[in-house]
Amino acid sequence: MPERIFFNALQVFVVLFLSPLVKGVQDKLKERLQSKKGPSVFQPYYDIWKLFHKDEIISEYSSWIFRITPYILFITPIFVTLLIPVLTDYPLFFAFMGDMLGGGFILALGGFFAALAAIDTGNPYGPMGASRSRMVGFLAEPVFMIVFFTVAFVAGSTIPYIVQQDWIHPLSNFFSPSHLLLLVAFVMLILAETGKIPVDNPSGHFELAMIDESRNLEYSGKGAALVKWGGCMKFFVLCCIFLNVLAAPWGLATQAALGPVILAVPLIFLKICVFLFVLVGIESSLAKLRLFRITEFLTAAFIISISAMIMKIFSF
Amino acid sequence: MIRELNDLTAGLFLISGFAILRFRQVQDCFRSFLFQSFFLAVSAFLIGFKLDSLDLMIATGITILSKLILIPWTLNRSLHQEMYERREIAQILNLPVSLLIGAGLLIFSYFISMPILRHLSEFSKVNLPIGIAGALIGAYTLIVRQEAIPQLIGILAMENGGFFLGISTAANLPLMAELIAAFDVLILAFVAGILIHHIHQKTGTTHVGSLNALKEGTGKP
Repeated sequence: MPERIFFNALQVFVVLFLSPLVKGVQDKLKERLQSKKGPSVFQPYYDIWKLFHKDEIISEYSSWIFRITPYILFITPIFVTLLIPVLTDYPLFFAFMGDMLGGGFILALGGFFAALAAIDTGNPYGPMGASRSRMVGFLAEPVFMIVFFTVAFVAGSTIPYIVQQDWIHPLSNFFSPSHLLLLVAFVMLILAETGKIPVDNPSGHFELAMIDESRNLEYSGKGAALVKWGGCMKFFVLCCIFLNVLAAPWGLATQAALGPVILAVPLIFLKICVFLFVLVGIESSLAKLRLFRITEFLTAAFIISISAMIMKIFSF
Repeated sequence: MIRELNDLTAGLFLISGFAILRFRQVQDCFRSFLFQSFFLAVSAFLIGFKLDSLDLMIATGITILSKLILIPWTLNRSLHQEMYERREIAQILNLPVSLLIGAGLLIFSYFISMPILRHLSEFSKVNLPIGIAGALIGAYTLIVRQEAIPQLIGILAMENGGFFLGISTAANLPLMAELIAAFDVLILAFVAGILIHHIHQKTGTTHVGSLNALKEGTGKP
C-alpha cells in the first residue's frame, strides 16, 4: 500500500515537471513546421521561473476570487492526476476516489473560476474572452458526456483504469468502430478545450479575437506563472487521458516496482510527442474558424460521438 | 477479423455520409461522396471475401469503376468550373440543426431495424441499419441543400446507402441487377450533369432553391 501512495505522488511530480517541457516541444514543433527556428524546448521553464521572480500587481477593484483563481487553476489538474493512469496500468491509491466524470468536473471547476476571475477585474476584454470560452465549454459538454457514456457502455465502468484494460482485452475491441469514432471525437474535444487552432489561436495576441488567452490577461508575476503552469498541466492531463485511457494504453508500468514505473516516464513522454506531431499537423493545416462556426465544429464532434454510442449499443 | 474490419468500414461510411451533410463547399461534399463510395467498395470486397462470393467481387469492381472513376470524370467534364466556383452552399436549415436531424435519422434507422437485427447475419447487423441511415441522410441532403450539385450528390449518396444495405442482405443478388443499378446511377449523374450545366448557362447560377419563388400567385419575385 505505501508504495502505491508513493507512485501516486510520483505521478503528480511527473505531471508537474514534465508538462512545461511538453508545451515547449509543441511550440518548437509548430515553429519548425513553419520553417522558423523557434524557441528552445525549455522556454516554458524559463518563463515560469522568470514570472515567479517578478512583482505581482493586482487591481484594487478586484475581489478574493481574482486572488485565489491562480491557485485553483494550478491545483485542479493535480487532483485529476491522482485519478487517472499516468505511469501505471494498475489502480493506485486514489484511483477509486473519482471517475472520468469526476475528473471532468474538477477541470470544469478550474474553467469556472477562470471565467469568474476574468469578469472580476473590470477589464473589458476579460469578460468577452470568458463568455466565449464558456460558449465553447458548454458546446463541448454534451460531447464529453456522450464520450463517457460510450466508454461506460463498453467497460461497464467509468473508472479510467478499468476502461483502459477493456480496450485491449480482447484486442479486437481496439479496432471496433465505436472506439475509433470516439478517438476522433475526443481529439476534436481536446482541440476545443485547450484552445487549439480550428477553435482558437493560442499564439494570437489580438484581444478581440482571443478566446482562451484573454482570461489571463490581468495576471502578472506569481499569478501569471501559476496560471501558465496550470495550463500546461491541464494539457498534459488531457493528453494522458486521451493516450493512456483511450488511444494507446501501452507502455505503462505493469508491475508494482520502482524500475518499470521510472521506465514509463520516457515512454509516456514519447507517446505524447507522437500525439503532438498529429496535433501540430492539424493546427498547421487548418485555419481558425469564425466564432459562430465553432458550433458546427463541435456539433460534428457530437454527431461522431453519438454514432459511436449507437453503434456500440446495437452491436450484439 | 473480417467482421471487425467491416464494422470499421461501416463506421467510416456513416461518417462520410455525415460529412456530405456537414461540409459547406461543393468540392468537400464531392470528396466526401468519393470517400463514401470507396468505403462501400471496401465493404463489398470484405463481405465478398468472407462469403467467397464472386458476384460481390464483381460488384466491388463495378462500384470502383462507376463511382470512383466514371462519375467524377463525367461531372468534371460537364460542370468543371461550377464545382470550383461555388464555395458556400445555401441551405434551408443551418448546419448544426441539420446535423442533429441527421443523428435523429441514424437513431431512427436503428430503431426500425431493431426487431430483425438479432436474426441477421453478422455483416447485416451492421450494414442494414447503417445502409438505411446512409440512404435517409442522402435523402435529407437532397431536401436541405438548395444547390444543384449537392442535390445530385445527395441522390448518389442515397443510392450508396441502398447498395451498402444490399451487399450484406442479398449477397448473391443477380449480377445483372447490380450492373443495371450501377449504370443507372452513372446515367443519372450524366443527365443531371448536363441539366445543371444548362441551368448554369441559362441563368448564371446553380442555386436551384430559388426556383421555388417561381410559383404562381405568390406575388413575390
